[in-house]
Amino acid sequence: MSLDKAAVAKIAKLARLKLEPERQEAMTAELNTILSFVEELQAVKTDNVPPLTSVAPMKLRWREDVVNDGGDPEAVLRNAPGRQASFYTVPKVIE
Amino acid sequence: MAINPADLTIAAALAHLEKGDFTAQELTQASIAAMQAAKPLNAMITETPEKALAMAQAADERRRAGKAGLLEGIPIAVKDLFCTQDVLTTAASHILDGFVPAYESTATANLWREGAVMLGKLNLDEFAMGSSNETSYYGPAVNPWRGPQGEKLVPGGSSGGSAAAVAAGYALGATGTDTGGSIRQPAALCGITGIKPTYGRVSRWGIVAFASSLDQAGPMTRDVRDAALMLRAMAGFDAKDSTCVDMPVPDYTAKLEDGVKGLRIGIPREYRMDGMNAEIEALWNQGKQWLVDAGAEVVDISLPHTHHALAAYYIVAPAEASSNLARYDGVRYGLRVPGKDLIEMYENTRGAGFGREVQRRIMIGTYVLSAGYYDAYYTKAQKVRTLIAKDFEQAFQRVDAILTPTSPNAAFPLGSKSDDPIAMYLNDVFTVPINMAGLPGISLPAGLNAEGLPLGLQLIGRPFDEATLLRVARSVEKAADFKARPDAWWSK
Repeated sequence: MSLDKAAVAKIAKLARLKLEPERQEAMTAELNTILSFVEELQAVKTDNVPPLTSVAPMKLRWREDVVNDGGDPEAVLRNAPGRQASFYTVPKVIE
Repeated sequence: MAINPADLTIAAALAHLEKGDFTAQELTQASIAAMQAAKPLNAMITETPEKALAMAQAADERRRAGKAGLLEGIPIAVKDLFCTQDVLTTAASHILDGFVPAYESTATANLWREGAVMLGKLNLDEFAMGSSNETSYYGPAVNPWRGPQGEKLVPGGSSGGSAAAVAAGYALGATGTDTGGSIRQPAALCGITGIKPTYGRVSRWGIVAFASSLDQAGPMTRDVRDAALMLRAMAGFDAKDSTCVDMPVPDYTAKLEDGVKGLRIGIPREYRMDGMNAEIEALWNQGKQWLVDAGAEVVDISLPHTHHALAAYYIVAPAEASSNLARYDGVRYGLRVPGKDLIEMYENTRGAGFGREVQRRIMIGTYVLSAGYYDAYYTKAQKVRTLIAKDFEQAFQRVDAILTPTSPNAAFPLGSKSDDPIAMYLNDVFTVPINMAGLPGISLPAGLNAEGLPLGLQLIGRPFDEATLLRVARSVEKAADFKARPDAWWSK
């Protein structure tokens, strides 16, 4: 499987990454190098092998569904690149 | 007494502090001076000398009050992937510009609770993605060891700043994280000791996530005893990390000197690769002989899927990274690059904020998780991962630990591999399988190559049996008797 420039542009769109036009060709080549490197896996027999879901035999713990943190909007918002009152601001999304 | 932090292990410093030979404040002052003289190594992203002195003062008070913790008054440095409350945390990425966490990672909080003193935040590969520290937005950290003609060498990565700071002698220990070798490979390239504990032993809460099923934090130190001391302080149950195990943390130093008599050590034949560096192979054979001489039984074992671990890793790790790094969107923290609408703001921010290696991995991860390719790549890689984990499971029915080299080469010159992602990825060929199986692994310095550069040996242990792993490592350490140190060219 090999990617062309259009496929790379589509992946960049999915990943929400702006790819400068002059980077597209190099990125396409780099991704194809990596994909051909991982291609060898197709030769490994994995019939009836389950995909790994956890490296250690562990069960996820349950806890009470209660609020155990929060109530500090200043701590939450202290790193906001843009804010108004207790809200993050973003470019307008509703016309 | 005059203090040279480069001459001290954590254990030796603790003994001096306890005897009153010097105070934590005096030791910390000496460490700060050495750190500031080591700027040419570019191992620090942020220095926190005032915080260090305040912590050292508090440490002296606690010691006087008879309330000394396990690491009371020991100056260490923290990989800049651990969130530290009120101290800039960057992950060595432009996209986290100005990010000052309102919280402290559990692993570092545990260290501070035991009295450790923070010198500052250490350089690393951007988001821990790299094997040379060259993908850092803040420029590469430099290895304290130089080439025979004085060439500047990489410290390895991603915990390159951590390894450089410990090898240079100003930090008595450092935190690292290891997703595919990021503690062990830089430890090997800088001539220090680094342990990646079992997945789940140290809390991941508050550590910037790269690949959540592989990431594990651990200590990087001058020797095995220090690794045991520091791991004990870092590890422990944390309700805030659902994969952190609720299991007591033993005193890893208790059986450290018990030797390896009666233990079985496996030598995996698949690690003997075509075109293997002769010096690395010779050191590996030497390590095997040391263990035999110390009374261990050394047996050949097979880990048949070793050859596929790196390929599977470069599907699984980018897949998880692309999900984890989706949170960096310019809305809640860090860099924001404006755009005409919300989507364009995301794209501009991420396009400008992430470096090339990080972008490559996000792209690969997005692709292997996308509709139509998920099964062919991601599910396939996770099946191969099951086979890799089974290989180890079967091996550990016969052996107590496994001995391999840590890295296929010694430290290499800055810039020599940075244009070829695959050549860089191959640095982790011996370390990646251990992360894929969630096992504990340790690298310790075992010799010098013909150019006078350190080489490491890796030991792999059973899940949650770091105590035995450290004990075997201690035995190899005693036999190797590695005393070499870099000449302090950076402060001349």
